[in-house]
Amino acid sequence: MAREAVAPAELLGAEIPGDERIYAASQWQLMWWRLRKHRLAIVAAAVLAIFFIVVIGAEFFATSDPRASNAQLGLMKPQPIHFFDGWKWRPHVYAIKGKRDPRTFKRVYQPDPSQKLRLRFFAPGFEYKFLGLFPTNLHLLGVEGAKAEETIFLLGTDLQGRDLWSRLMYATRISMTIGLVSVALSLILGVLLGGISGFYGGWVDTLIQRVIELLRSIPTIPLWMGLAAAVPKDWSVTKMYFAITIIISLIGWTELARVVRGRFLALREEDFVMAAELAGASRMRIILRHMVPSFMSHIIAATTLALPAIIIAETSLSFLGLGMRPPAISWGVLLQAAQQIQAVAITPWLLLPAIPVIVAVLAFNFLGDGLRDAADPYG
Amino acid sequence: MLIYFVRRLILALVTVWAISIISFAIIQLPPGDFVTAYIAQLQAMGTIVSQAEGEAMRIEYGLDRPFWVQYYKWVQRIFEGDFGLAMEYRRPVMEVIGDRLALTAALTFTSIMFTWILAIPIGIYSAVKQYSIGDYVFTFIGFLGLALPNFLLALVVLYIGFVMFSANVGGLFSPEFVDVPYNFAKIMDLLNHLWLPSIILAVAGTAQLIRVLRANLLDELRKPYVVTARAKGLSEWRVIMKYPLRVALNPLISTIGYLLPLIVSGSIIVSVVMSLPTVGPLLLKALLAQDMFLAGTIILMIGIMTVIGTLISDLLLAWIDPRIKLENT
Amino acid sequence: MKPPREPLLSVRHLKTHFPLDEGTVVAVDGASFDLYAGQTLGIVGESGCGKSVTARSILGILDKPGCIVGGEVWFWRRSDNDASGEASEPGERVDLVAFDPNGKEMRAIRGGEIALVFQEPMTSFSPVHTIGNQIIEAILLHRDVTPKEARASAIELLRQVGIPVPEQRVDEYSFQLSGGLRQRAMIAMALSCHPSLLIADEPTTALDVTTQAQILDLMRRLQQDFGMAIMLITHDLGVVAEMADHVAVMYLGQVVESAPVDEIFHAPKHPYTQALLQSIPRMQSNAREHLASITGAVPHPYARPAGCPFHPRCPAFMPGTCDLNVPVLNPVDPHHHVSCFLYCEG
Repeated sequence: MAREAVAPAELLGAEIPGDERIYAASQWQLMWWRLRKHRLAIVAAAVLAIFFIVVIGAEFFATSDPRASNAQLGLMKPQPIHFFDGWKWRPHVYAIKGKRDPRTFKRVYQPDPSQKLRLRFFAPGFEYKFLGLFPTNLHLLGVEGAKAEETIFLLGTDLQGRDLWSRLMYATRISMTIGLVSVALSLILGVLLGGISGFYGGWVDTLIQRVIELLRSIPTIPLWMGLAAAVPKDWSVTKMYFAITIIISLIGWTELARVVRGRFLALREEDFVMAAELAGASRMRIILRHMVPSFMSHIIAATTLALPAIIIAETSLSFLGLGMRPPAISWGVLLQAAQQIQAVAITPWLLLPAIPVIVAVLAFNFLGDGLRDAADPYG
Repeated sequence: MLIYFVRRLILALVTVWAISIISFAIIQLPPGDFVTAYIAQLQAMGTIVSQAEGEAMRIEYGLDRPFWVQYYKWVQRIFEGDFGLAMEYRRPVMEVIGDRLALTAALTFTSIMFTWILAIPIGIYSAVKQYSIGDYVFTFIGFLGLALPNFLLALVVLYIGFVMFSANVGGLFSPEFVDVPYNFAKIMDLLNHLWLPSIILAVAGTAQLIRVLRANLLDELRKPYVVTARAKGLSEWRVIMKYPLRVALNPLISTIGYLLPLIVSGSIIVSVVMSLPTVGPLLLKALLAQDMFLAGTIILMIGIMTVIGTLISDLLLAWIDPRIKLENT
Repeated sequence: MKPPREPLLSVRHLKTHFPLDEGTVVAVDGASFDLYAGQTLGIVGESGCGKSVTARSILGILDKPGCIVGGEVWFWRRSDNDASGEASEPGERVDLVAFDPNGKEMRAIRGGEIALVFQEPMTSFSPVHTIGNQIIEAILLHRDVTPKEARASAIELLRQVGIPVPEQRVDEYSFQLSGGLRQRAMIAMALSCHPSLLIADEPTTALDVTTQAQILDLMRRLQQDFGMAIMLITHDLGVVAEMADHVAVMYLGQVVESAPVDEIFHAPKHPYTQALLQSIPRMQSNAREHLASITGAVPHPYARPAGCPFHPRCPAFMPGTCDLNVPVLNPVDPHHHVSCFLYCEG
C-alpha cells in the first residue's frame, strides 16, 4: 500500500516544537534534533568527550612520570584501592616496600598492608606544563606523604617498572590525535579528489575512479607495513608521528572521496544547482555556497566513521613494531608488551590498553551511525 | 557476457601491474640500496666483500640506473622465475616463502566461507524478525565484531585458551606434523587448527555482511514481487527464500571484491599474533630486517592473490545475476 | 454448491488496523460489500481510503504490522481442486478472517481460488527468475500436474492473454518485456489456476491509455471465458464505468455507498459520491470555469474525525447528528446501500 505521508513532527521525535519552528529551523538544528533521538550516539559522544578531556589534560590525569622507569618495580600488579579503614572513609593504598627475598637475595617489592597511604585528589606530583604553557605539578590523584610515583600503580607496571595508568593517559593523547590529524588529511584529499571527480565528470572522473578502485582492491595492511618500514628508525618521535599519520591517511582517503563524489553527482542534477547557474553564479560560488552546505553533514558522518579504521591501523602498526616506537607512547606501543602470550598469562594487566581502543572504536562507530542517520534519514 | 569478462580481465591486469610498481617502490624505499645492506650482512657473518665485488653487484642489479630500468629488470627476472634472494636466509625468495602462500590462501578461503555461513542465516533472521530481541542481540554482537580489531580478538582468544585450557591454540599444525610432507592426516590436522583463526578473521567481515544483508533484505521484502509471491499462496518461508533472498544475495557476492583485501590484510596481523605459518609473520620479519626483496615479493604475491580472488567473484556475480548476463555491460 | 443468488464473496464490517509507534492507523473501519459470481465489482475511492488494504485483508497478506481486528469475510469455496470450475459436490462457505494467514487452507485459497493482480507490472515479477518459472510455480502449487504439463499450460496461458511467441517468452525475464506485456503475463499467472475470484488492484494505473484499454478488454474477455468474478479496485471512474456491474464507494476505510453502476453514475445518493462525480472535468464545460473540487482535505490518519468520517467536508452536514454518530449502510433500494444520515432515521 502507498506510504502514508508522515508529518514532519513524527520524523523528529517526541519533544518537537510545532510545525512552524521546523520549517524555519536551520539545517544544523534539524540535524541536532534528529541526533538527539539516537540515545546510543549521544552516549558515544559523551564517552568521546571524556577521551578528549584526557587528551588535553593527560599529564593531570597521570600519577607518575610515564618515562620514569624503575626496574625493581617491574611487573607489579594493579593496586587495589581500599575505601575503608576499619569503619572510616579513608581511601588508601598500601605502600610498596622492598624486602630482601631470603632465597634469591634480591630485593623484591611488594605492597605492605601495615603502611597505609591516604589518597588525595588534586595532589602534587611530578612537574609538567599544562597545555605546554603553564608549569604546575597538580595531578588528579596522589598520596599523602610518600612520592606518588613510587606508590600508586592503578593499573600495575610494565617490565621496566613504569606506571601503566600514566602511560595509558599519554598513549590516549597520541593515539587519538594521530587519528584526528590523519582523518583531517584524508578528508582534504578525499574532498579534493572526490569533488573534482564528481563535479567535472568525464575522463577525470573515470581516472580518479579507477585509482580509487585500485587502492581499494589492494590489501592495506601490507602496504602500510611496507611504507612504515621504510621510515628510518632513527627519526625523532615527532617526525615519526607525522610520517605515520601521513601514511595512514594516504590509503584512508578513498572512502571519503567516494562519499564526496557520490554527493556531488547527486547534487549536480538537483534543480537548485541549475537555478544558481541560470542566475549567473560562478562555478566556485555554486560549489561553495550551494552544494557544499548540502553535503557537509554527510561528510561529517563519513569522517566520524573513518576514524575507527584509522585508530585500528595505528594501533596495529605500532603493535607490530612498525608504527610508533618507543620512546613514543601510543596504545599500540603499550600493547606490544602483550605480544608474548606466555608473558601475558602471568601479567594479564598488560592487556588493559586494549580496552580504550575498543571503547574508542565503538564510540566513533555509534556516533558516526547516529550522525549519518541524522544527516539523511532517507538515505 | 564475454565483453564483461574481458573488461574485468583487463582491469585485473592493470591492477596487478600497479601493484607490481608499488611493491617495487616499497623495495626501493628504505634509505641506502639493498646491496649496502647485503654487504653489511655478509660482513657481519664474517665474509669480506671487496669494493669491486660490491660495485659489480650494483651493476648487475642495475642499481646505478634510474628507477624504471631497475623496475624493468626486476620484472624481467620475475618472468624468468627469479624473485631475488632473501638476505637473511640467503636462499631464493620463493623457497623461503614455500607453502606459506598456499596456507594464506587456505586461511583466506575458509575465512570467507565462515563469513558467509555465519552472516547469511543471521542476516535473514534479523531482517525477517526485525526489532525482535534476537535482532537486537545480533545487532549488538555485530557492532562488537565491527569494533574489535581482529588482532585484539586473537590476543584475547589466545589468552583464554592458555589460561583456561593451558593449550597453545596458535599455529596451524600440531608439532608432529610440522615438517612432514602433506598427506591426508596432515590436512586433517590443518583443518583442525584452521577453523579458529578463520573465525577470528571472519568476525569483522561477518558483522559488516550482516548489516548489508539485513538492509538489502529489508528493502527487498517491501517490494511488490514479494507480495505477488505471497498472493500465489506460497508459504512464508518459501516466499523469503526463493525471491527477495536471491536478489539480496547479489550485492553479497560483489562484496567479496572488497572483503577479500580486508581478510587478507587482517590475516597478516592475526597470523603474527597466533604464530601461524602463513605469509604474515614472514612479511613482518622481512620488513623489520629490511629484507626488501622478500618483503616486496610477498606484497606482490598478496596483491596478485587478491586480484585473482576479486576477478573470480566478479565472474561469479555475472553468472548469478541474469541482469548482467543479458545486458552485456 | 453455492446457491446462485448468494454472493460469492461477502465482506461484513471488516476492520483492519496498523498499530504503529506513533499511534494506530485505522485503515479499514467497518467495510461491507457483496460480490456475485461472474460479475465485476468496482471499488472506488481516493488514495488512502483503504481499498488496497481491503484486498490484502481478504487475501491475508497484510504488511506488518497490519492485522484484521474485526469483521468477517465469507467466501464460497470450490469443493475440489481440479480447477475446472465445475464443482461436483457441494462447496463450503468459510470465513477467511478466521484462517491463519500462513496456514494451509488460506494458502490453498490464495492463488488457487482467489488471485491477485496489482498495479506495478514493472516490479511485480522477480527480476532474477524467468516468467515461466514463476507461472509454473503457481501452477504446480495448486494443481496436480507434472512439470511438463505445467509448462505447456503456462505457454497456453501466455497465448490466451495475447502474448506473441509464448514458447519463447516463457523463458525470458521480466525486464525483457514491455509494461503492457508484463501486465498480461501477471494476469496469466493469476489465472493459471482458474480462480473463481480475481482481485485487480489498480491494474491499469501504471500503464498508458492505449495499453490500458487493451488490458481491460482482455480482462473482460477472460471473465467471460473463465466465468470468474472480478473485484476491480481503482480510483479512475472511467475504468469503473467501463468495466463494473456493481460499484462500492469507499472513504476513509468505510463503504459509503454501494449500488449498480448505472445508479451510481446517474443517481448517486451519498454526498461524497455526488461530489466525486461533480469533480470530473467535462468536455462540455465552458472555458475558464473553475474545476469543482471537494472542499477540505483527506484527514490525517491519526486524526480521524468523530462520527461520520466525511462530515468535515460534507455540504449537507447536519450538526448534532453527523459529528456525533456513525452512520451505517442502509438499503434505499434493493441493491442500493448508502451510509448517510440523510437517508435513515436516527
